[in-house]
Amino acid sequence: MSIKNRFVFSLVVSLPMLVEMFTKPFGLMLPGGAWTMFLLATAVMAVSAGPFIQSAWAAFRHHHANMDTLVAIGTITAYLYSFYAMLAGKAVFFESAAFVVTFILLGQYFEEKMKHSASGAVSKLVDLQAKDAEVQRDGQWTQVPLAQVVVNDIIRVRPGQKIAVDGVIVDGTSTIDESMVTGESMPVTKQAGDKVIGATMNNTGTFTFKASKVGNDTLLSQIVEMVKKAQTSHAPIQKTVDKVADIFVPAVLIAAIATFTVWYVFLDAPLVSALLFAVSVVIIACPCALGIATPTALMVGTGRSAKMGILIKNGEVLEAANRVKTVVFDKTGTITAGHPQVTDIVGDASQVLHVAANLEVASEHPLATAILDKAKAENISVTAAQNFQAIEGKGVRATVDGQPAFIGNDKLMADYQLDATLSTQMAQLQAEAKTVVLVGVLDRIIGLIAIQDAPKASSAAAIAALKHRGLRTVMLTGDNQRVAQAIADEVGIDTVIADVLPGDKADHVKQLQADGPVAFVGDGINDAPALTTADVGIAMGSGTDIAIESGGIVLVKNDLMDVVRALELSQKTFSRIKLNLFWAFIYNTLGIPVAAGIFVVFGLSLSPELAGLGMALSSLSVVASSLLLNKSKLTSTPATSSVA
Amino acid sequence: MIKLIVLIVALLLIGFIAWWFFGNHATAAVDAAVSANSQDVGVEVSGGYSPSTVVLKKGVPATLTFNRKDPSSCLKQVVFPDFGINEFLPQNEAHAIPIDTSKPGEFDYACGMNMFHGKVIIK
Repeated sequence: MSIKNRFVFSLVVSLPMLVEMFTKPFGLMLPGGAWTMFLLATAVMAVSAGPFIQSAWAAFRHHHANMDTLVAIGTITAYLYSFYAMLAGKAVFFESAAFVVTFILLGQYFEEKMKHSASGAVSKLVDLQAKDAEVQRDGQWTQVPLAQVVVNDIIRVRPGQKIAVDGVIVDGTSTIDESMVTGESMPVTKQAGDKVIGATMNNTGTFTFKASKVGNDTLLSQIVEMVKKAQTSHAPIQKTVDKVADIFVPAVLIAAIATFTVWYVFLDAPLVSALLFAVSVVIIACPCALGIATPTALMVGTGRSAKMGILIKNGEVLEAANRVKTVVFDKTGTITAGHPQVTDIVGDASQVLHVAANLEVASEHPLATAILDKAKAENISVTAAQNFQAIEGKGVRATVDGQPAFIGNDKLMADYQLDATLSTQMAQLQAEAKTVVLVGVLDRIIGLIAIQDAPKASSAAAIAALKHRGLRTVMLTGDNQRVAQAIADEVGIDTVIADVLPGDKADHVKQLQADGPVAFVGDGINDAPALTTADVGIAMGSGTDIAIESGGIVLVKNDLMDVVRALELSQKTFSRIKLNLFWAFIYNTLGIPVAAGIFVVFGLSLSPELAGLGMALSSLSVVASSLLLNKSKLTSTPATSSVA
Repeated sequence: MIKLIVLIVALLLIGFIAWWFFGNHATAAVDAAVSANSQDVGVEVSGGYSPSTVVLKKGVPATLTFNRKDPSSCLKQVVFPDFGINEFLPQNEAHAIPIDTSKPGEFDYACGMNMFHGKVIIK
């Protein structure tokens, strides 16, 4: 019989007794008096409370005691005493036993429903999976179930269809909604050569892609696996709770016997009231609220963050994130985009870019790539220049549109004149640690292009938000001091540690740990030692590239704001755990003395029915408080602008 | 007189509870029966897990088959934190849970409220 049916049964059967409770003062009683009560209570005990008794007995034989033990002992005591009292012609309280069972079942019914919704994040993630895919087999497009898709299959995706597995686009362009996996709310435009993530939604175009990861290797599968582990993990704070819970039930039984003895033997209370106090103690003291305080909050917290593309590995990481005092960032690829970009063009922008792009089209230098990317973004058509001629150590010279043109570094200034405006602008750009390229036609310099590995759009706001939370920010980089400092000033970093060899990053993290727990934010591929050394390793990635095992917290998106969100969510979840534990403890430490009748002199006491209701409410309030984590507001919106 | 008897009975009862629940009651570990290329152990869930400690061989695919006799809502869920397993056990039905035996060690598991404990030893 399900909990729900047991509840409904005991509710229906207890109703006549409830009605009688209110009509008794007016002289209206149930026909049959105590015998009717006896029959009704027996039905409740046999049908609804039976499973409690059965399970309490099974636990007892294994030297265990749990909440069922308490419910069973409490209600059986009330029931058996009433049976004796009925035969002896004294006052009975069959209704107490019946009401307690009803209330506790009500509590359990709701608790069960809420627990299922708290653990729903994983099944929601699994449901994202596509069911089938349109795969090219023997030159034909055929619809095959997901399980039959193998690596290197060519898969076609039409508008509105789900992308089956991870892969790389071969042909076609489209916008793709990746919000379900990465938490990124804007659809992303993708074309040939771009990576796509399984289980994301294709919006506008039709394209074909080559499967690179299938089955358990896909990003989604790895996320599901990680969230599952996080949700079942234990926060260190839980260990103390477990120790208490282990001895709690037997201790309560002892307390109940002591309560009865003190009232009956030493305080000369009547047998009935001594017994009622003891029964109330047994009923109110269920440790379930304690037992579910941590797991439910952990489940909701990690589930919610997973939806935002923030994967928190376990309860330990969550607790550590809560104590972090310093956040250390890797520079390249974390604060900055990771590749040089054109940041400024001085002079007639389109002409300068046109000449520069034509000169650089054949070059594979990273600076050339930056210029060509910019030209492409500005829709400038590029035709290769002719008669290339290297200017040793300075640049190149060639013919563009029939005129001799040149491009190169600042050493070209020895050969060409730079006018006053250009030279001040050049000095200014260099002070910002940008690499400046000179572009000229005939014998005249027509403009400058400044190139830099520039900070990501969200970096400054994220660092401002971290500082706002009282955290110290540090940048660790292998770059030279001047470049590092320029970037740091731009985004507002407190401390710069430059010229760090890749192998020494972990040592620097260790030194910083002397001042308090440290979180390290890096890309997860090159920064593994520093990530593991730090108290909290935060690995950033973009899409399928993340090494999911590398950090305590893994950010699916390549956005520094998620560092702020991750820390905030960890803090929120952890304080919710503490709040839950606080209430569960308070409830028990206050409830037991009240139930034992210590405050009777002040007119404060608990009947067994009220104790049963209290017990049901305490577990319910804990689960409800955990579920509220889903609704709690995050302050880390990227509203705060740069504080450079 | 009757109060004296009640007092003595109460004290005896307290003593019994302390001995029964806090005393050291040994439980035996059960080795898995290893057949050709798999190992399987049945665990009865009734007032706890029996056997509560199961020994598995490293590297041989294993399943624990839980059979929940107990109606308690506590024992409805079984949680293996180390393996990320969190499953609901149907009552009076065999429910097999595959265990990853690639790493040796002792792995605790518990019911949903962490009141009942079991252990898997892989060696």
